[in-house]
Amino acid sequence: MLSNNKTKDVLLLVIFAVFVFSGPILMTPFGAAYPDLLQKFAIFGLFAIGFNILFGLTGYLSFGHAVFLGVGSYSAVWAFKLFSVNVIPALALAVVMSGIFALLIGFVSLRRAGIYFSILTLAFAQMSYNLAYSVLTPITNGETGLRVLRQDPRYLDAAFGAEIGAQLPPPSLFGWVMTGWSGFYFCAIMLVLGFALSMVIFRSPFGMTLRAIKSNQNRMGYTGFNTRPYLLSAFVISGMYAGLAGGLMAATDPLAGAERMQWTASGEVVLMTILGGAGTLLGPVLGAGLIKYFENIFSSYNTSILNDIFGFLPDSIQYVVVEITSLFVGEGWHLTLGLLFMIVVIFLPGGLMEGFTRIARIKGTASSKGVANSPQRDVVAESEIKATPSNTQPAE
Amino acid sequence: MEDIVLHIDDVHKHFAGLHALSDVNLDIRRGETHAIIGPNGAGKSTLLNVCIGRLEPSQGKVLFEGTELTGKQPHQINQLGVVRVFQTPEIFEDLTVLENVVIPMLSKRDGAFSLNFLSRLDDQADLEGEAVKMLTDLGMGAHLQQMTSALSRGDKRRLELAMGLVQHPKLLLLDEPTAGMARADTNATIELLEQIKGTGLTIVIIEHDMHVVFSLADRITVLAGGRVIAQGTPDEIKGNPKVIEAYLGEEPV
Ligand SMILES: Nc1ncnc2c1ncn2[C@@H]1O[C@H](COP(=O)(O)OP(=O)(O)O)[C@@H](O)[C@H]1O
Ligand SMILES: [Mg+2]
Repeated sequence: MLSNNKTKDVLLLVIFAVFVFSGPILMTPFGAAYPDLLQKFAIFGLFAIGFNILFGLTGYLSFGHAVFLGVGSYSAVWAFKLFSVNVIPALALAVVMSGIFALLIGFVSLRRAGIYFSILTLAFAQMSYNLAYSVLTPITNGETGLRVLRQDPRYLDAAFGAEIGAQLPPPSLFGWVMTGWSGFYFCAIMLVLGFALSMVIFRSPFGMTLRAIKSNQNRMGYTGFNTRPYLLSAFVISGMYAGLAGGLMAATDPLAGAERMQWTASGEVVLMTILGGAGTLLGPVLGAGLIKYFENIFSSYNTSILNDIFGFLPDSIQYVVVEITSLFVGEGWHLTLGLLFMIVVIFLPGGLMEGFTRIARIKGTASSKGVANSPQRDVVAESEIKATPSNTQPAE
Repeated sequence: MEDIVLHIDDVHKHFAGLHALSDVNLDIRRGETHAIIGPNGAGKSTLLNVCIGRLEPSQGKVLFEGTELTGKQPHQINQLGVVRVFQTPEIFEDLTVLENVVIPMLSKRDGAFSLNFLSRLDDQADLEGEAVKMLTDLGMGAHLQQMTSALSRGDKRRLELAMGLVQHPKLLLLDEPTAGMARADTNATIELLEQIKGTGLTIVIIEHDMHVVFSLADRITVLAGGRVIAQGTPDEIKGNPKVIEAYLGEEPV
């Protein structure tokens, strides 16, 4: 009764995995079935799943999570340069380094709650972004970006006597290369594992404690909880997810640049999570997919494509329609995204997942035995987004 | 020598010139039910706030089983076994009734922090069983899966009580546990508190309802204007002219 029963969770996980692995087929009608884009879905899905463990469960809104994405990418590229083209050291280093960064940034930022916490994380992110371009150029290679070169030492590979041909091989897992479709399937496995871990966290006493902190942090103190280490753990876990996502970015395209840490990237994961449904298991993945889809598909439309689409209309009407719709595509895809975001936030404050729950409830009212036991229980429970936890100190 | 659980030593609390508590000395004996009564604004809730670390006293200190509470964090005080039930319900509105009761059980079982994210909540049959029993005893068995935001005021009070009781405190501080309850619920609560009292738990209860006070309390302390004006057994308090005077103008008791 305290959470979904195991069978339902396993079922949800299996369905999720089936959807993810059949992405190449399912996405064909949407024109999105190519590996580069599907990889992005998976990588940003992971990023958002991790972000949701902080924001969705505790309500602490970080505006600087892209730092960990950047740290993950730089660490992975350095591992490719220094150790091996194998992704294991790279991803491990990405997760560990981003975890360390998250520990430091979280330790300081979590001294404050609410908007002050958000501002602190944003400040750290901007600081890291600027440092990457200035003082830290020896590590980040500044504006050129950090890339893997043929003459890099790769001590591990050298120690095992691996031969490098005339061309630098792409990152791989014992021959499983990280490019094209095989790269997608590797990211998909990571996404499913990341989803499974987040499900475990959601259903655990730790996860419920985080939700209680979001609901009433003050009361948690009088209930015997030291909330600070809980929040810091959630912060570090979500930072490590971001680091893994950043590491995967570097694995599928061995190049790291500071723009990955820009505040727009931090803001993007906030949008993904809210759009899909903060505090729900599936929402962040949906939001990530949707935003990456818009970014790639809508932005590739231009007037000539639109003219083709609306070619059946009389010329004058076609002209007007194309003029209007062209505002929403190409460079204007942000406008479409902005409108979509506004509509969702106003009408579905619980994100797309709230929409699905509502539909499911309308369809299933006859048979439903109360929302508490439905597979989407946590969707319903957290349909109201509290951007920040209550921060009221005991009044004096 | 009596066994003193809570020792409140010369506590003062000022709010920008307002003396909410002045020179309060109070000893709570082990196993007793001690009622604190007094008119509205007398400083009763403030006294509990000082005890649980919500407020720092301006002067004086509070000792629990010899340990100084003053300066400790609220969660440390709770972990010592001092549990407060709030006057205005401070429950977790985004959680179900059952989850609200399990949360305090977790901090009791696992301590102030535990990175317990590999076990599943629904595998903790012991926690769930006790929580369900507590809620059923309190007449809330039908609301287990409800979101607490949908509860009536009386039910929220009972939930508050359940959240305190499941922690099996050494010292239970109750702030007007029956306020806002219907008569029948009040009687049920008295019965429950009598049961708890029977287990030997030390209880401090702030209460307006004299029916509750006189049926439960072993000793009574009367606060007025932030000062202790009388202390004694229920019979001594009933006949005390100072107490009658302090209550003049208040609703008849
Ligand atoms: N946090 C606070 N800040 C300022 N004044 C307070 C605060 N808490 C209580 N007071 C004041 O202290 C006095 C005692 O309040 P309280 O302890 O709540 O009384 P009661 O005996 O009714 O529980 C009241 O005058 C109240 O207004
Ligand atoms: Mg009061």
